[in-house]
Parts: sequence; structure tokens; C-alpha cells
Amino acid sequence: MNPAITITNLSHSFGKHNVLRHLSFSVEKGDFFIIIGPNGSGKTTLMKLMAGILKLQKGQIDILGLANLTYTPKALARAVAFVPQRLPVNLPFTVGEAVLLGRAPYQGALGIERERDMEIANQAMQFTGVDHLTGATLSQLSGGEQQRVFIARAICQEPEIMLLDEPTASLDLAHQVKVMDLMEKLKREKGITVIMISHDVNLAAMYSDQVLLLKDGEVVCIGIPSAVLSFRKLEETYGCKLLVDESPLGGFPRLTLVPGRYRKPYT
Amino acid sequence: MNFVTTKTPRIITRLIGSSCLLLVVLLGAVFLGVSAGSSGGGMSSVLQVILGKSDPDSMLHAIIWQIRLPRVLLATLVGATLSLGGLVFQALLRNLLAEPYILGISGGSAIGAISGILLGLSRFPGVSLAAFMGSIATLVLILVMTSGQSVLKKESLLLSGVMVNAFCSSVIMFLVSLTRDAKLHNIIFWLMGDLSTADIRQVGILAGMLLPCFILVFRHSHALNLLLMGKEMAQSTGINIKAVTITLLVTSSFMVSATVSYCGLIGFVGLVMPHLLRLIFGPDHRILVPACILGGGSYLVICDLLARTLPEQGEMPAGVITALIGAPLFIILLKRSGR
Repeated sequence: MNPAITITNLSHSFGKHNVLRHLSFSVEKGDFFIIIGPNGSGKTTLMKLMAGILKLQKGQIDILGLANLTYTPKALARAVAFVPQRLPVNLPFTVGEAVLLGRAPYQGALGIERERDMEIANQAMQFTGVDHLTGATLSQLSGGEQQRVFIARAICQEPEIMLLDEPTASLDLAHQVKVMDLMEKLKREKGITVIMISHDVNLAAMYSDQVLLLKDGEVVCIGIPSAVLSFRKLEETYGCKLLVDESPLGGFPRLTLVPGRYRKPYT
Repeated sequence: MNFVTTKTPRIITRLIGSSCLLLVVLLGAVFLGVSAGSSGGGMSSVLQVILGKSDPDSMLHAIIWQIRLPRVLLATLVGATLSLGGLVFQALLRNLLAEPYILGISGGSAIGAISGILLGLSRFPGVSLAAFMGSIATLVLILVMTSGQSVLKKESLLLSGVMVNAFCSSVIMFLVSLTRDAKLHNIIFWLMGDLSTADIRQVGILAGMLLPCFILVFRHSHALNLLLMGKEMAQSTGINIKAVTITLLVTSSFMVSATVSYCGLIGFVGLVMPHLLRLIFGPDHRILVPACILGGGSYLVICDLLARTLPEQGEMPAGVITALIGAPLFIILLKRSGR
């Protein structure tokens, strides 16, 4: 038992609106941990708190056994990397320059790159398969390529924990699988704990070691996919009719949405 | 295709290259600026004066050391400050139209300066101090206005600045409409920017205030690069956004206030120079900060040179030339770059 992140009694509100209420759970080191839940359930807020972007209001977040408030910004950036949902548009840098920005937590104020920084940036770009694009401008790339550039940038931080907010949301099917495979490879080859928000329950079922089901800022259920993704829990949480059976690939559940015309006689 | 890994970091080579190039341009501009003037003196005799090989009692010696050189140095400092101010505000507010006066500094200092002129204060230090107090007052006002929310909300910061400037323009127009006599001429010249009152000691004081600001901004230049990725990603890369933003806002506003209060409102340099240099040297702020200091300085020296040599009689304000040359030049470069 060696948690990467432990969250204790975490609450957060924007004005009078309580977004998270008394959350407590932990993420084991080396797990692929996926957070799912309906819109407005507090997933992004939870992740921004873990990334140290939002100020902690109530409760405690321990990163690698230490309260996150004890970290300096740079030390936190060396432990936790974050890929936000909305990637910056119109960034004037080339792919190589943008990836190198991820080395900032290890550099002085001026970010002067040493040989080692260049090597790590090169390796990160190879790892995510964008090394052939080093000199290209970001705006020339497709959405999937941009996503992999910013994942490479996050890898450059050499984090123990990688946070991603819906990295597959705007990607086509091939790119979705590519990004998810990449995350699996990150976990397997580099031992990085991957924590990801996803709207796609099937992707969560296929890839995750642990799933957290969130609703109205509270934990509905946490555990392995086959335990969490039961049709009863999902129907209650999302408020719609669903079919859940076993995937033909075996070993994990498969979710099917039920269109209105099929459920009329029964409702 | 990978990065070519070299022993000397690429950024250092690029930084030295661009800075040397612009330093040569600046030295050339300064020499031209010192050489040209109505009382003549060929370039060779000017060179002799600068190198200290001429008679220290000669007319040309006095003109160069007491009139032309202070003025050229002032133009360098002001051009550098305004360009750098524009660069910082464009990056912090992530707005391409941001210029150094955007937080209401122009309006505030103008009200201060005009009040000073109307009260019959001397040009230095009276009017300058009044203008400086005016601009610092608006800066404090804006920081207080936006403090209830977060300073990081760039839209509210921008809007507050625009509103303060609009309010100030009305007050300025009101004050101008009340003025009838020779003071009106002083006001107009101040509003258009005027470099003619330079005195070497005052320029020294100004430099003493500005150089630490330049160094501080340069130290934060990589933070500006990271900020381009957006607030969240910059913060998750270990940047203390709040501290960086406030430091840069206050430093830039302070240095712009200092120059404006000394020589009035010189427009357009701060808007166009950062864009122009970005087109030439790319988006890296570690290169752009020194480039703005050197390039912006050169630009205003040349504009001032034209402003005082082009008219047959007297001179026109440098602020007239900055836009007259800058706008077409920028459009040509923009077209060429194919964006």
C-alpha cells in the first residue's frame, strides 16, 4: 500500500455552490486511474485541486505522502504534471520549443536548456510519436497531434503522477485509442501513475485499473471497472437507460446506450 | 528529426546573435543622432568630439555633450521602456492590441502634467513629479478596482484600464478647454511627447530608475513564455502566476510612468515595436526582452532624429514620426511574413 495521492475530507465551493463534498479516497502508485461522472459532478475541479491550480479550501491532499501545501510550485511541478482539457490555441512556438517548456521545473529562471534537457525533450517526443514534427508550428497540427505534443511536454516534467482532463474528448476513434495506448505505455514503461478524466465509460472500462464514479461532488463508487461499472450504478448516476454486458474482448464490462425508441414500452 | 544537441544551448547563441545585431543598430542610430543637427559639424569632427580629441571649449563640443547626447540618450531610454512595456502588457493580458499605456497610465499622467502646467510649475521637477503622481494614482486605483476579483482576470484589468483612460480623456479635454494662453502650447506638446528638454543629469536619474526594471523584466522573460500556454498549464509547470503577474504589472507600469512623466506621451512605439521584433526574431521572450530594449531605443532615436531635422524651421514632436513610419513599416512586414 503506497498511495500516490491521498485525498482526505476534501470539499470545495465556488461562492455558494458546493462542487465537492467531503471526498476521501486514494490512488495507488502505478495505477491507471480514471474518473468518470456526469457533467457538473466536480471532476475538473477535483483534478485542478490535485494539480495545485485551485487553492485548497477544505480537507487535505497528500502527494507522494506529503501535504500538497508543503510543496513549492516547482517541486510540485516535478511530482505532478497536468494536461488541461482546453489546450492553448495560437501558441506561436514550434513543437520542439513547446515540449522544452516542460523542463522549466528543473531549470533556472531563464530556462536555459542544457544537453540533458534536450535529450529528455527528444525522448518525450519519440515516446509520443511527434518527433518528426519537431520544427513544425503547433497551429499546423491536427487535434490528435497537438494532444500528443502536450503529453510530451508533460512527460518532460518527469512527473510521478500525470493528470489529464479528457484528453480524448475531441479526437477521432483512431486517435482516441492512440492516446489511451500511450497512457498505458506511460504507466507500464515509466511506472507513472496516470489519473484521467473521461466521458467515455467504455474507454474507462478498457484501460483503467481503478475507476472513480463521481456524482454531485460525492464519490458514488470506487474500485475495479467490473465492480464500479454495473448497469444499476451507472443508470442511477447518469439517469438514463443503459445496457451493460461483457466486452467480446473479455475481462471488462461493455456499455451500450439505449435509444428512446427501444425503451418506450417499458417506461 | 530531433533537436540537434549542442554544447552551447541554442538560446544563448540566438540571444547573443540578436543582441549584438541590435546593439550595432543602436550604436549606429546614436551616432547618427549625435551627428545631425542644425549647427552642422561633419561626421568626422563629431567623431573627434566623441573620442575626446577636440578642443573642449569649442562650440561643437558643447552642443554635442550638452544638447544632442542627452537628447539621444533620453530617446534611447524612452524607446526602450515603451517597447518593453508594450511587450510585457501584450504577453500578460494576452492581447495583441495592448500597449504600455493600457492600464490608464497615459490618462493619469496627463492629468497630473496638465495640472502642473496650469499651476505654472517648472518643467522639471514640478510637472514631471505631478505627472508621475498622476500615473501612480491611476495604477493604484486600477489595482484596487480589480482586487476584489483576481488580478489574473485579464479582461477586467483591461476594461478597467480602458475606462480609466476614457474618463481621464474627458478631464483632459475639460482642462484644455479652460486654457487660453501660452500654457496651451505646453500642454499640446506634452500630450504629443517631447524629448527636447533633456539634461544629462536628469537622464542619469531616469536611467538609474529604469535599468533595474529592465533587469527584473528580463529575469521573468521565461515566465512570460510559459504564460503563453495559458494560466493553468503555466502554473502546473511551477510558475507562481500571481507573484509573476503582479511583479511584472507593477514594474512595467512604474517604468512607463517614469518615462512618460519626463517626456510626455509618445505613442505607437510601445504598440508596434514588440510586434515588429516578434516578426523578425520569433516568439521567445528571452530574446524579445533585450531586443525590445535595444530595438525600441534605436527606433525612437531615429524617429527623433527625423522629427528635428525634417522640418525647415523648428521641430515637430517625435510622437508624430513614430506612427508615420511605424504603421506602414509594420504592414509591409506583416504582408511579407504571410500571416
